[in-house]
Amino acid sequence: MSSQPSSISENEKHQPWVKTSHWIITISFLLLVFTGIEILMVHPRLYWGEVGNELTPAFLELPISRNHNRSDWEAEVPFFDAENSPVSAGRNGEEEMFNENGWGRSLHFLSAWFLVVTGLVYVILGLFTGHFQKHIWPRLRELTPIQLFRDIREHIKMKIAPPTGGPQYGILQKIAYMSIIFISLPMAIITGFTMSPAITAAFPFLLEIFGGYQTARTIHFFTSIGLEIFLVMHIAMIILSGFKQQVRYMTIGKQP
Amino acid sequence: MKKKQIITRRAAITTGVAALGALLIPGCNQPMPPNYGNILRMGDNFTYAAHRALFSSQSLAKEYSFSDISSMPATGTINPADTSKEYFSETYDKHLRSGFENWQLPIEGLVARPGNYSLDQLKKFNARTQITRHTCEEGWTAIAEWTGVPLRALLEHAGMMPKARWVNFYSYDGWLDCIDLIDAFHPQTILAYGMNGKNLSIPHGAPIRLRLERQIGFKSMKYLEKIVVTEEYVDPGDIGWAWYNGF
Repeated sequence: MSSQPSSISENEKHQPWVKTSHWIITISFLLLVFTGIEILMVHPRLYWGEVGNELTPAFLELPISRNHNRSDWEAEVPFFDAENSPVSAGRNGEEEMFNENGWGRSLHFLSAWFLVVTGLVYVILGLFTGHFQKHIWPRLRELTPIQLFRDIREHIKMKIAPPTGGPQYGILQKIAYMSIIFISLPMAIITGFTMSPAITAAFPFLLEIFGGYQTARTIHFFTSIGLEIFLVMHIAMIILSGFKQQVRYMTIGKQP
Repeated sequence: MKKKQIITRRAAITTGVAALGALLIPGCNQPMPPNYGNILRMGDNFTYAAHRALFSSQSLAKEYSFSDISSMPATGTINPADTSKEYFSETYDKHLRSGFENWQLPIEGLVARPGNYSLDQLKKFNARTQITRHTCEEGWTAIAEWTGVPLRALLEHAGMMPKARWVNFYSYDGWLDCIDLIDAFHPQTILAYGMNGKNLSIPHGAPIRLRLERQIGFKSMKYLEKIVVTEEYVDPGDIGWAWYNGF
């Protein structure tokens, strides 16, 4: 496992556990995106800090559902006598609102269970089998500006190498996979945990590191946008390098 | 090279699953709410078992300072005495007209001393005041100060019996919901009659609402009408929402 000549790994196929976890995570992720959009549509406003609701200003309002900018409210009643007192107001016309969270939230969390458990198994196996070391983690000699520029130039020219049938990745590819595995997905999971009242009661530091529930929710949203951009790029690269072959290699296909 | 592997895929997966299962065993001693054969509700129950197994039953939700108190929408039912609404309650209307003078909260079921508690009686218990964050299932949050009697004190006063497993709440606007004993005995679980230094207002659940700080907002039932302690889970049917909402 130490410094094997690279010719050995060039014939290597995708490991079955890599393929299995890839597709479980794919399905979980798609369900998470679908239900995530549904949940966001119920309250399409984003905030910073601990607090955010329809009686406080939003940092970002997304016009993605009929719940956007509703005005059907009772008169505001201040809590205190002071001038800038926070207020209370009753919400009317809830039967007009969009809300499918009854199943949306449950499906989101069920999918998250599959993603987190599969992700944990994947990371443990990735570490112990040397998969990360051999295939995902960029080597120092690959990280030179010349190598990086060459890979960037070839991507711009759309000169995408044909699939090798295994985990022989270019430097940009490695950086992309590494960011997804070690930054984006963990970030989505941890900010998700920070939105749980039970988990933050057990681990209060989560609210401290993100600076509040709503900040975590906003970061969760932007992390998911990042993951969706990755998904689009990933599919684009697969199409450019030979869709049929790539899908075959990642599923049941044998190498030629 | 393959033969040298000490940790095989199969061994790793088996060990992982076994370890996870072992972690969840303590959670399974808890009676589970029905899942109605619905895979989503099975996932909710799994989350419930995991939270109960992994987290301390005494961990406290974050409490804030007075200056953190924010604006707060009142959602769902905002007045059970509104005749134009489906949830209109004649009894509530009557109590509201008399300023909740004759209002009483019955505690029934598996308690040694079932009884009715008037507002004055409830206010004689040692009160707890907490500034906490209300986290709505929709995604919004608000911080408010809540004052009330710890549910634990009330259950002990009524003499909860050892067979008891669930505390059920009935509301004037027609809801039935329950919590387990870990939530019922949690120090921050209170029956709140005060909000932000005043009496609880009608839109926020007057005269008394539950505050359950380690679950999503709608579990903190407003307009409490009755508390019933039971051994069996009182099944309201699949209302389309998860029963456990710690997430």
